[in-house]
Amino acid sequence: MKSLGSIRRDFAPWNDPNAKPYIQFDKVTKKFGDFTAVNNLSLTIFEREFFALLGASGCGKSTLLRMLAGFEEPTAGRILLDGQDLRGIPPYRRPVNMMFQSYALFPHMTVENNIAFGLKQDGMPKPEIAARVGEMLKLVKLEQFAKRKPHQLSGGQRQRVALARSVAKRPKVLLLDEPLGALDKKLREETQFELMDLQQSLGLTFVVVTHDQEEAMTMADRIAIIDKGEVMQVATPAEVYEAPGSRFVAGFVGNVNMFEGKIARGEAGAASIDAGNGITIRTENAGDAATGAAVAFAIRPEKIKISSKKPAGAVNAIEGEVYDIAYLGDMTVYHVRLDDGHVVRASTMNAARITEDPLSWNDRAWVSFRPDAGVVLTR
Amino acid sequence: MSNAAVTAAATSQATDAGKSALARLSAAFIGRLVIIIPYLWLVFFFLIPFIIVFKISLSQTAIAIPPYTPVLDFGDGLSGFLAQLKQLSIDNYTWLTQDALYFNAYVTSVIVAAISTVLTLLVGYPIAYGMARAPATLRPTLLMLVILPFWTSFLIRVYAWIGILKPEGLLNQLLLATGVISQPLIVLNTYTAIFIGIVYSYLPFMVLPLYSSLEKMDYSLIEAAKDLGCPPTSAFWKITFPLSVPGVIAGCLLVFIPAVGEFVIPDLLGGSQTLMIGKTLWNEFFANRDWPVSSAVAVILLLLLIVPIMLFQRAQARAQEQDK
Repeated sequence: MKSLGSIRRDFAPWNDPNAKPYIQFDKVTKKFGDFTAVNNLSLTIFEREFFALLGASGCGKSTLLRMLAGFEEPTAGRILLDGQDLRGIPPYRRPVNMMFQSYALFPHMTVENNIAFGLKQDGMPKPEIAARVGEMLKLVKLEQFAKRKPHQLSGGQRQRVALARSVAKRPKVLLLDEPLGALDKKLREETQFELMDLQQSLGLTFVVVTHDQEEAMTMADRIAIIDKGEVMQVATPAEVYEAPGSRFVAGFVGNVNMFEGKIARGEAGAASIDAGNGITIRTENAGDAATGAAVAFAIRPEKIKISSKKPAGAVNAIEGEVYDIAYLGDMTVYHVRLDDGHVVRASTMNAARITEDPLSWNDRAWVSFRPDAGVVLTR
Repeated sequence: MSNAAVTAAATSQATDAGKSALARLSAAFIGRLVIIIPYLWLVFFFLIPFIIVFKISLSQTAIAIPPYTPVLDFGDGLSGFLAQLKQLSIDNYTWLTQDALYFNAYVTSVIVAAISTVLTLLVGYPIAYGMARAPATLRPTLLMLVILPFWTSFLIRVYAWIGILKPEGLLNQLLLATGVISQPLIVLNTYTAIFIGIVYSYLPFMVLPLYSSLEKMDYSLIEAAKDLGCPPTSAFWKITFPLSVPGVIAGCLLVFIPAVGEFVIPDLLGGSQTLMIGKTLWNEFFANRDWPVSSAVAVILLLLLIVPIMLFQRAQARAQEQDK
C-alpha cells in the first residue's frame, strides 16, 4: 500500500463526505479599521481533530482563534460550533477554552485555585471540584505544586498549569495560542508529544495556532496554512509537505528547490518542463497543468541525489559545482551552483559513518532525481 | 639578596597593602555615606523636630518667650539640667483626656478622613481604571490632566470651592437656573463641603497609585477569566480588584493620613461648627498660645497615624514572607 509521506492514517474524517463538520468558518471576514485581518475565509474542522493554524506573525491566525473564543466578533460571515451559530455569544458562555500564549495565570491564586477557577464559575459542587483539580494536577504531573503561586514555578510548569486550567472544564474545543512558544527547544519537543497524548486521552478537539512549522507538522492531524487572512491550503502534514498546492505553501513549509518554466505535456501525467538554459525536467506529477502553462517545478532537497559522476540511467541529471557544504551530523546539505547560475539545495542522510564518494567545495557534481520526486505547481 | 633589600621589599609590600586597605575602607565609607544621607535627613528634619515637639508637650505653658517652661539650658550645669528635667510632666496628656473636646476632635477627624478616603476611592477607581484601559497614546495626556491641578496653589483651589459652594455660588446658580431646586442648597460650612474639598484635593494621590497598579495588569488575565466562564463584573471582582489591592492601599494611606490632620479644608469650607483635630491644634497654638498642649495634640496625632501604618506594614511583610 502506498501513502503520501511515511505514515498511514486511520483517522481522516475530512475524506468522509458524510462526516459532520464540528467547527465551521463560513466566509468569515474580520476588519480592524482599514486593516483586513481575515478575508472571506472558510474552514472546516472535525470532532477530535488536532488542527493547526500555521502562518507568519500577523497573518490573521490568532484572530481566527480569538473569534472562536469570542473575544472578537467577525465583521461578516458565520462561525458554527457543533451546528450552533456563535454570533453574539459572549466568551464566558462558549463551550470552548483557550490556553493563552502568555499563559495568563492568575498571579494571586495558587495553582490549585487557578485550575479550579473555571469549575467554580460553573457552580460545580466542592467535592467534585477537588476531585477534578486533583485529576488535572496528576495529568500534568504537578501534584506537589498545588499550593504554589504561579511566580514560584518554572516556565515549563506554568505552561502545564495553563494547560490543566484550560482542559479542566472539559471544553468541546481547546484553543491553544502558541502553546509552546515560550519554552526552550528541548522542552518544546517533549511537550509536543505530551500534548498529542493528552488530546488522544481526553478525546477533545484541539485548535492550535503556531508559527512553527515543525510544531504544526509534529502535532496536527491537519494544517491550515494562512497568509494575509486567507487559507492557502488545508491538508495533512504529509500532503502539505509532499503535495503543496502553491508556490507559497511549498516555500513556506520546509526547504524547496524551484524551477520556473513552461510545461509540455506527455501521456498519463508525464510532462517535461523547459526551465531554460538547456535544463529540461521530466516529471510524472504534472497534475492538471495544461501544455504551454507557466509552472514551477518544486522538489525537496532530500529528494535530490548528489554524486561526482553522472548516475547511469538517471532521467533527470544536471551538472554543477559544489559551492557550499553544511555538515549537520545526521545529514549533510550541499549547495550546488548549476552551470546556468541556478543554486540547488540537496541534502543527504548520513546513514553510514564513512562516505564512499566524498565531495568537497568547488568539485564538479551531478544532481539527479526521479521523475516522481517533485511536483508541478501552477499557482 | 641583602637583608636591607628584603626589608625594603617588605616595607613596600606593606605600604601597598596599606594603600589597598585604605582604598577599600574609603570605598566602603562612600558606600555607607550614600545610605547615611537619607538617614541624616530623617534625623535632622524628622527625629530632632519630633523630639523638640515631644519635649514641649511635656512642658508647662508660661507667659514668656518661648511660651513654656522649663527651657532646657545646659548653662546651669548638670545638676541644673537634671532639676529642669524633673519639671517635665505628662500633665498635658492628662488634660487631653479630661476635656472631651480633644477626644471628639480626634474621633471626628478619623471619621471624616475615613469617609473622605472611601469617597475618593469610589471616585478615583473608575478614573484610574479608565486611564489604564485608554489607548496607550492617550495615557500620558490623561496622566498630565490628573497632575495639572498641582500647578495651581492648593489654597487658591480650596478658595475656589467657596465660590462654587456658597449659597449664591456657581453650583446653586446652576441648579436654580435649571430648575432642579427652588431653594439654594446649604453646602458651604457643612461636613459635605469638607468631603467635597478633601475628595477634590486628594484625588490625584488616589488615582496615581491605582493607575500604576492597574496599568501593569495583563489584560489577557481578564480574557482568561471570561474564557473560563466568568462574566465581566465578576471578573472585575475576582481578578482586577484583588490585583489592584496594593494600589488601593497605597492610595488610601496617601489620602487618609494627610486628611486626618487636614486644617485648611475644614477651616475654609467647614466653617466654625466643624470640629477637626487640625483646627483644634491650630487654635491651641495660635489662639490660645498654648504650645505644650498643642504639642501634645500633635504627638498623639502622630501616634494615632503611625500605629495603624506599622501594623499594616508588618502584616504585609508577613504576607510576602509566606509567599516565598
